[in-house]
Amino acid sequence: MSQQGYVATPPYSQSQPGIGLSPPHYGHYGDPSHAGSPPGMMKPAGPLGAAAPGGMLPQGHLPPGPHQFGQNGAHAQGPPLQRFPGPPPGNSAAPSYAPYPPSTQSSYPSPVSTSSVAQLGTQLSAMHVNSYGSGMAPPSQGPPGPPAAAAAFQGPPRSSQPSILQPGSQVLPPPPTALNGPGASPLPPSTHRQDGLPGPAPPNAQYQPPPPPGQTLGPGYPLQQANYGPQMAGAQLSYPGGFPGGPAQMAGPPQPQKKLDPDSIPSPIQVIENDRATRGGQVYTTNTRGQIPPLVTTDCTIQDQGNASPRYIRCTTYCFPCTSDMAKQAQIPLAAIIKPFATIPSNETPLYLVNHGETGPVRCNRCKAYMCPFMQFIEGGRRYQCGFCNCVNDVPPFYFQHLDHIGRRLDHYEKPELSLGSYEYVATLDYCRKNKPPNPPAFIFMIDVSYSNIKNGLVKLICEELKTVLEKLPKEGQEETSSLRVGFITYNKVLHFFNVKSTLARPQMMVVTDVSEVFVPLLDGFLVSYQESQSVIHNLLDQIPEMFADSNENETVFAPVIRAGMEALKAADCPGKLFIFHSSLPTAEAPGKLKNRDDKKLINTDKEKILFQPQTNVYDPLAKDCVAHGCCVTLFLFPSQYVDVASLGLVPQLTGGTLYKYNNFQVHLDSQQFLNDLRNDIEKKIGFDAIMRVRTSTGFRATDFFGGIYMNNTTDVEMAAIDCDKAVTVEFKHDDKLSEDSGALIQCAVLYTTVSGQRRLRIHNLGLNCSSQLGDLYKSCETDALINFFAKSAFKAVLHQPLKVIREILVNQTAHMLACYRKNCASPSAASQLILPDSMKVLPVYMNCLLKNCVLLSKPEISTDERAYQRQLVMTMGVADSQLFFYPQLRPIHTLDVKSTTLPAAIRCSETRLSEEGIFLLANGLNMFLWLGVSSPPELIQGIFNVPSFAHVNTDMTLLPELGNPYSQTLRMIMGIIQQKRPYSMKLTIVKQREQPEMVFRQFLVEDKGLYGGSSYVDFLCCVHKEICQLLN
Amino acid sequence: MATYLEFIQQNEERDGVRFSWNVWPSSRLEATRMVVPLACILTPLKERPDLPPVQYEPVLCSRPTCKAILNPLCQVDYRAKLWACNFCFQRNQFPPAYAGISEVNQPAELMPQFSTVEYVIQRGAQSPLIFLYVVDTCLEEDDLQALKESLQMSLSLLPPDAMVGLITFGRMVQVHELSCEGISKSYVFRGTKDLTAKQIQDMLGLTKPAMPVHPAHPAQPQEHPSISSRFLQPIHKIDMNLTDLLGELQRDPWPVPQGKRPLRSTGVALSIAVGLLEGTFPNTGARIMLFVGGPPTQGPGMVVGDELKVPIRSWHDIEKDNARFMKKATKHYEMLANRAAANGHCVDIYACALDQTGLLEMKCCTNLTGGHMVMGDSFNTSLFKQTFQRIFSKDFNGNFRMAFGATLEVKTSRELKVAGAIGPCVSLNVKGPCVSENELGVGGTSQWKICGLDPTSTLGIYFEVVNQHNAPIPQGGRGAIQFVTHYQHSSTQRRIRATTIARNWADAQSQLKHIEAAFDQEAAAVLMARLGVFRAESEEGPDVLRWLDRQLIRLCQKFGQYTKEDPSSFRLSDSFSLYPQFMFHLRRSPFLQVFNNSPDESSYYRHHFARQDLTQSLIMIQPILYSYSFHGPPESKR
Repeated sequence: MSQQGYVATPPYSQSQPGIGLSPPHYGHYGDPSHAGSPPGMMKPAGPLGAAAPGGMLPQGHLPPGPHQFGQNGAHAQGPPLQRFPGPPPGNSAAPSYAPYPPSTQSSYPSPVSTSSVAQLGTQLSAMHVNSYGSGMAPPSQGPPGPPAAAAAFQGPPRSSQPSILQPGSQVLPPPPTALNGPGASPLPPSTHRQDGLPGPAPPNAQYQPPPPPGQTLGPGYPLQQANYGPQMAGAQLSYPGGFPGGPAQMAGPPQPQKKLDPDSIPSPIQVIENDRATRGGQVYTTNTRGQIPPLVTTDCTIQDQGNASPRYIRCTTYCFPCTSDMAKQAQIPLAAIIKPFATIPSNETPLYLVNHGETGPVRCNRCKAYMCPFMQFIEGGRRYQCGFCNCVNDVPPFYFQHLDHIGRRLDHYEKPELSLGSYEYVATLDYCRKNKPPNPPAFIFMIDVSYSNIKNGLVKLICEELKTVLEKLPKEGQEETSSLRVGFITYNKVLHFFNVKSTLARPQMMVVTDVSEVFVPLLDGFLVSYQESQSVIHNLLDQIPEMFADSNENETVFAPVIRAGMEALKAADCPGKLFIFHSSLPTAEAPGKLKNRDDKKLINTDKEKILFQPQTNVYDPLAKDCVAHGCCVTLFLFPSQYVDVASLGLVPQLTGGTLYKYNNFQVHLDSQQFLNDLRNDIEKKIGFDAIMRVRTSTGFRATDFFGGIYMNNTTDVEMAAIDCDKAVTVEFKHDDKLSEDSGALIQCAVLYTTVSGQRRLRIHNLGLNCSSQLGDLYKSCETDALINFFAKSAFKAVLHQPLKVIREILVNQTAHMLACYRKNCASPSAASQLILPDSMKVLPVYMNCLLKNCVLLSKPEISTDERAYQRQLVMTMGVADSQLFFYPQLRPIHTLDVKSTTLPAAIRCSETRLSEEGIFLLANGLNMFLWLGVSSPPELIQGIFNVPSFAHVNTDMTLLPELGNPYSQTLRMIMGIIQQKRPYSMKLTIVKQREQPEMVFRQFLVEDKGLYGGSSYVDFLCCVHKEICQLLN
Repeated sequence: MATYLEFIQQNEERDGVRFSWNVWPSSRLEATRMVVPLACILTPLKERPDLPPVQYEPVLCSRPTCKAILNPLCQVDYRAKLWACNFCFQRNQFPPAYAGISEVNQPAELMPQFSTVEYVIQRGAQSPLIFLYVVDTCLEEDDLQALKESLQMSLSLLPPDAMVGLITFGRMVQVHELSCEGISKSYVFRGTKDLTAKQIQDMLGLTKPAMPVHPAHPAQPQEHPSISSRFLQPIHKIDMNLTDLLGELQRDPWPVPQGKRPLRSTGVALSIAVGLLEGTFPNTGARIMLFVGGPPTQGPGMVVGDELKVPIRSWHDIEKDNARFMKKATKHYEMLANRAAANGHCVDIYACALDQTGLLEMKCCTNLTGGHMVMGDSFNTSLFKQTFQRIFSKDFNGNFRMAFGATLEVKTSRELKVAGAIGPCVSLNVKGPCVSENELGVGGTSQWKICGLDPTSTLGIYFEVVNQHNAPIPQGGRGAIQFVTHYQHSSTQRRIRATTIARNWADAQSQLKHIEAAFDQEAAAVLMARLGVFRAESEEGPDVLRWLDRQLIRLCQKFGQYTKEDPSSFRLSDSFSLYPQFMFHLRRSPFLQVFNNSPDESSYYRHHFARQDLTQSLIMIQPILYSYSFHGPPESKR
């Protein structure tokens, strides 16, 4: 059924030889005996059915305790995981961990062995807990661990696999007793409980389960049953068939989860903290091919020694399988997330600029790859072999240099292109349009001056702000003033261009009413240097709000506005960026006119995808034209109702622009957020009129691209502009076999125009390993990158496929990847154990977050615009942004140490982690919430808000008052740090516990059951486990 | 009675009319045998310092099909207070205001010396003078500067309540809004797109009143004028503003590549000007003043492409049917001219360039609306500057010598019918009993519209004698013609000038001598020349010449005295003696000969010929060579 993949290319859809993948099955994980029945059906699956209140599904009970969720090392060691107040585990763990990456390779020669494994099993013994940890935990810490690990790893991998599989296949028809737990066997739930609860607590650890098992279970159980039934039904059905759970489900807070042991399942926070502990603050040198960089959440210093910094390129895996069969078997996407203009911290070296003068960059004759560290010089330096296509080229005479005793050029360290992973070339005229050096780019500000924008003061706000922000136009290195030129257009249903030539006494306004075929009415004086025309521009900006003060024009146009800007840039023969400030559905008679087509009835049908597609076919060709002329469109939207983001946002998306959306914008509340975004967007690093080419060594190639890009053919990635926050995700496929010796090399070249109008090439090189052992592949994966890829490919698929199918495929692929690992790499264990590769320990929780994202959630409660907006945002996100977006940061504030500058340790996004006495800060890159527990400490409330009590706190505020006390200062500093480096200014919402707005906040507690559907982490994990079991059998 | 010459002169001075024949052949047959048609040249607004207008309205004949104006030729019954119309013989009651009328107390219009009377109409709103400048910006810097100065100067000549508007064009067309403070605002149109009047008005926001009235603000009567006034403002309000605007006017900024002509959107600019006035001041006199420095090179109405290597069409090209854009462009401008004329707006063209500017195609704009056509080499010449200044010259009362939105109506007594008119006018297509079926010039109507005219604007009006040979006119019978000109005076009054003339009928068989003696050869020459030039516009040159020759031969045959086969015996009476000479010069004049003239020049000459008064016309036909000496006044030489 779901055999056709959601991405047109085959690998997703190829059925796996080894593992029969059949989606219906996993819907039934509740009762294996019913495995044959159709998915999504609600029949009682066993005796429990009768017991379940409301006829809800018996399967529902399955998640409970009996699962033995393997913990990571830190957990095994002690209490850290338990609750937020706990000391950051990183501190204690740091010294105890062996240096991670090198040891992995050296200590486990067997390719199959995983450095560390998280195992989840039904069995209660502590052994599992320990066994997973063997790799990570220092031997001294957990005595029971190493033996188990040793046993697992020492066994010949090949032979062990069948042994794992075998029980599985035997077991399937009648689940073995051992399997009871996960399989939701018909045993009485209490049994599970009791079996399960002791489980997670490692016998030898000081770990204290929060609720004493015995006490909670008795009374708790019925309640749990009541809540769980529906919830599970929801979860169960969700992947094959949507979330029928409905509001009833939302009503009940998922209290029962308390009775499970959430601490026993892999914790993203723990993983992040571990990585931070081991690698944070260190220097990471990129001198080795295929090494796995620190997580995006870890701060470290990166030193380019021949491979591009992970700030520029991150991969889903740093070790590619040698053959396409292997790739298909594992189903791990091979992808790179490239952020070519990523911001580099000031303590790292900026890119070197190589200038070969008129000859231009040295390139391979055959594949046109640029000179890079992967080129092998031979014959005494007279020739070189291209690392990508293996072609042997002559070294151009001007470039000749002798080789040293190890065959390296003597100038190896003098030339960035020989020794660095990333560098820039000055491009020659051959790389310019029409072989002419480009003109400096231009920014055009286009302001919607229709009635509502004038009335709510937005126009005034924008005009005031432009006066200051234009002082800070980006400039190239040593330039004194920016070479960027600026232009201004206002519009409602007609367009007003402004002549702000410096010689004019006052600006001139030119009205273009011919919106059906818009054109640029003036040439000279439209795009000017801000410095030269400053007084005229200020005069204009002063006048604009007044000029339209009496206007009662409600209708607006949109496509003609973009076209006008594009035509203006075209006429001036320069690339540029349009800043459009728009607020309504463009209903005026003009091309690109839109009507309100928001139809909730389409949700959960095959036609739902229509809501994500543009309404008319005007916008796509328009975007194409924009890209062709290097016109990037950034859109600031201020909607008060449906404005059809899917249509309006298309051009910004395809032209590498950014879409900002401020719902129900109110000047007095939301100005700051908007102005920060505006400043940020104007000032950020950006390259114009870019074209990107990803070259690979033989054996594989880039097949699919996601991001703010436009593709006219299959290889050239065209971008009207690309800024420091935009990432392009590239998927690779095998052409042929890869060799372990030469590895897999990637060169990403971006040809672009700088803000000063210089044409440049930015080159990023990255070498990856190749292996014929699946274990190596799994060892080198990066879950954050995987999620980035999955999110983008799924969000792209949203345009073409029913959401149901997409969700199914995501779940299936997750299960498949894990099953393949289990089958081929993990040490033999009971089939009922859930074993996760260390690198993918948090894949289920992240995947669940992705599945719960409102884009993939078919719920009429969520506004269509919001879904389209988030879809679009994710498409251009880099790994760090997508990580935060899908798994928000939740930090306790009440435990703040006002003397320390470190951030309070994050905690898991679950309601169980909150406390009435606490104040918590949650951020996901778009929103920030300050959650106040009902019993928040008054001194904190006083300190932060300057009001005497919780009740006095005004939740309307979007900015914290600037107070002199340490609480306020520290909190605002923390918020500043969190905000830093994020492309979007986060809107702060103050949420009080047990007040209505808390519902919004709850949506971000992603480990819990979703408010609008979407299963909890625990449930999803069970679902995946069940699926894996199915696959293994 | 004095000589005919004196009679003619006196008539011309009093009424601004000169007839080819001052005694009329009394039957249709005889009239046609006279070769030169019965016709007159009429200067409707001939300057009459001695004729103060009367401050009341004319008394009209009550017959709906007639409505002739009471005049000295009417029979008046002072006792019964009745008057008989001399055209339809309807007996009419005098209006109450004329109750005191008697033989000794006559109103002016009944006195014989007041064959021409000017009435001032008091009712109706007075409409201001409207001037819409349409300015080409594809000019050389000094040309533009000179033009800007001329325009600024003209502002100072306008009365303070005159409305002005400004449209500039080059590659784009800009309609300047004059009312805004602080920022100069203009509406811009693409120079390549042909827009309908409706579209233009929509785009300029002139069709707003359809907007639902805001409940909070009950109907605002001020609404409408404020809209139109965005683009047309009284000069006293925006004097400074407009002077600055003109001062800041820049050359068209779009780059002109080597070997190309600048892109000039004259067609669209004019179309927008016409559309703007149509939407704001329909049926009100207005003057569109188009200043061009080169040919239209894009959009509707383009005359030549922008490639310099392709020269603008010549007569040669036109003969070879090689003028690609001519027909289309002509059609475009004709359409505009007709629209402007229908609304009473006149169009002036001031074309200053070394090469042709497309006057051939655009001529109808001036010719149909009574606008001026000025052709010069540069705006920076005294020719242009002085000519332009003279447009705003004032008469002895301090009023502009210009009038707007005139209609000329011709009424004839029943033996006569109107065959047509030749001059700066368009037909109003008013059929009536006095309209002839045979057309000479613009015919088929008894009324014409002359959108712009000045005291020298002169029309040729052609008549047909319809009296049948077998229905003789009683001895002493007189034929009468009344010319009624409604117009908007430059003092913004509506006025009517009525001229009634009468001539004796004579039987051509018995009284040919009388008729011959009453021949006005000067008027006849001009009238024939107008016919010839009119024909030349639509016919091949040689055909026209042949036709002229034949007419001359027939005339000589009819009136000459000669012995057959003896050329030396040929004599023409005094009243005909100069006529052949005029024809000779006409044949070789630039009005009929295009050799060595560009199509633009020909159009320019013909334009002027079709509107000048008799003296000017004669000079144009037969240039006078003056010899100057220190010993006396200049003498004219042959």
